[in-house]
Amino acid sequence: MADPTNEQRFKTQVLPHLNSAFNVARWLTRNDQDAQDVTQEAYLRAYKFFPGFHGENPRAWLLAIVRNTFYTWYRQNREPASDTLFDEAIHSLETSNVRQDDSPEAMLIRRESQQQVHLALRNLPLEFREVMVLRELEELSYKEIASIIGIPMGTVMSRLGRGRQQLAALLAPMKQEA
Amino acid sequence: MDHQQVLELLPAYLDQELSLSETRELERHLEGCEACRRADALQRDVSTQLRQAGLRIDAPPALLQSIEAALPRPIEPQISLGERFRLWLASRSSNWAALGAMAMSLAVLSISVNLYRQIPSPEQRLTQELVDDHVRSLQSTHLFDVISTDKHTVKPWFNGKLDFAPPVIDLAQQGYPLVGGRLDFLNGRAVAVMVYRYKLHPINLYVWPGNNAGQTASVVEQKGYHLAHWSAAGMTYWAITDAGAPELNGFITDLRAQAPS
Repeated sequence: MADPTNEQRFKTQVLPHLNSAFNVARWLTRNDQDAQDVTQEAYLRAYKFFPGFHGENPRAWLLAIVRNTFYTWYRQNREPASDTLFDEAIHSLETSNVRQDDSPEAMLIRRESQQQVHLALRNLPLEFREVMVLRELEELSYKEIASIIGIPMGTVMSRLGRGRQQLAALLAPMKQEA
Repeated sequence: MDHQQVLELLPAYLDQELSLSETRELERHLEGCEACRRADALQRDVSTQLRQAGLRIDAPPALLQSIEAALPRPIEPQISLGERFRLWLASRSSNWAALGAMAMSLAVLSISVNLYRQIPSPEQRLTQELVDDHVRSLQSTHLFDVISTDKHTVKPWFNGKLDFAPPVIDLAQQGYPLVGGRLDFLNGRAVAVMVYRYKLHPINLYVWPGNNAGQTASVVEQKGYHLAHWSAAGMTYWAITDAGAPELNGFITDLRAQAPS
């Protein structure tokens, strides 16, 4: 891509979506180092294909590449069966929202429930996890999700419904324990 | 719309992906169907929990550098349109043909100036962009990339993410605690955003290099938000909040008292 205007466009249209790309890769791979590798590889591919991209939605375009890159990686390196439930991101969750009650007890309860949500999403099967992440964390439309995954919008809808039901089922026993 | 159809459409109802007429029809069914209401509440609850759990994981700072380094060629620094125009002028020697062309284009310019007046000025557009960005930052989970009330955490966080070092000032003593920072893309460039709070009102303070905003800050109102901008020490600042004009003025006065000028 020797054309400086393409480089310029890549910098202004694609690089700013790094956090989205990484977030998606992170939730698909469930591992920080693998997510970095997948993101980096996806950016190299995106850079190569960018001159042919004339659409209006660079973020969705990039996320489709991230997803494809992930599946290539996934087929080559199936996750080890003994995949531990430990995930460092759970342990570095920020107890953020300053608007809420900030007593130590309230923070502890909130933190625990955040960890449970994190764990539940992490354990969701891949085909549901990816639509949940694209919808609930990246806030993409059904149309965008359909184009990224390459499925009809009706399938996006039914997967989201089933994904939410599964999460609700995963979260219910945790709530009783807490 | 029968019961089964409603159950299938519930996710799209919750995600506001249905047309107005479908929504109305579905709501009519919900009124009379306890089971569907429960299913809807269950999905809504999961969705809310996911959105409130801070699950979005940002890229580690080093990843951007490593990606930029790995691209086949380093990406060139951004050239603004104004600079490009100057370069273009400089590249054309001042021969008469060029001057003639200039005169022509000036004539065209003065004809189209009335047209031009009707399209928003860059500043109006920027103001609009800021209001949009501010609203977006409050709607989504993207108010912060780094959450900290400590300027010694927020400032280093920007290292390597920007081509400038934004001044990060703590105003907790003055009643405007710093609550975090984030990176945003505005006006065609990456900018630093410091998030402060006045009581329950978030204040987004956008900073990027530049000197063209003038020394004095005056508050303007747009869509119920108050905005102000000014330049100091080679940086352009924009502050925006839903708090009132006096509070914003107070914030700016306190900020500028602490900031390098």
